[in-house]
Amino acid sequence: MKLIDIKELLDAEFLTKNNYYDKEVERAFGCDLMSDVLARVSGDVLLLTGLANIQTIRTAEMKDIKCIVYVRGKIPSKEVIDLAEEKEIILMSTKYIMFTACGILFNAGIKGAEIQI
Amino acid sequence: MKEELIKLHYDVVSGDYLKAGESSSNIKKALMQLGIKSDIIKRVCVACYEAEINVVIHSYGGCIDVTIYEEEIEIVVSDEGPGIEDIDLAMTEGYSTAPETARDMGFGAGMGLPNIKKNCDIFGIKSIISKGTEIKMIIYFE
Repeated sequence: MKLIDIKELLDAEFLTKNNYYDKEVERAFGCDLMSDVLARVSGDVLLLTGLANIQTIRTAEMKDIKCIVYVRGKIPSKEVIDLAEEKEIILMSTKYIMFTACGILFNAGIKGAEIQI
Repeated sequence: MKEELIKLHYDVVSGDYLKAGESSSNIKKALMQLGIKSDIIKRVCVACYEAEINVVIHSYGGCIDVTIYEEEIEIVVSDEGPGIEDIDLAMTEGYSTAPETARDMGFGAGMGLPNIKKNCDIFGIKSIISKGTEIKMIIYFE
């Protein structure tokens, strides 16, 4: 699914200027614990999180995650957004809570991330 | 004798969550320039970033020394700090002594050390109480 379609589904706004509308994702992972993202996620995923600090960008960078959706209307600081732009990570923010945002994407065909246990 | 291609050194400041991850980011850049495979780079980055975060959370400060050889990368992360009392316990998934500030940043779930080990081909840890901790990580490129 294209990120622009995800944006529409989640009634979200892009926070970064590097909006690669044609970029697609098939799987997603949702959590606020970056340790879990680092330890569990494999493959190309969209990350949904309610944590809006700079470590979300660092974590995404280390795991080659190209897009983060901040839930519950969270908007990270300019510093965080600037770093994301530098690292070519796309950020968007939705007012939906984590449960609802994940449910909407799941219903639309986005699968859960493959994880390493 | 293995030929050293690149040597890198980074200081890590205790409690500096803003900078945490910069060293790992620079190592990623160096490996990408060398044309190392992306899944290997990911393993190096995750291991190094977790170790860097550990220094920021638990120590009084430390450093990262990286040596890139033709066929492997060696990363030594050493810190001055309280040390680890029981390494076996620290290596257990879910065990953590991290403060609330670390949890606020999305860490401190007791996943760091086990995840570092999982991503390394060779992993070593030594710690002296009231002195500090040293982690050695080797990841092969093939």
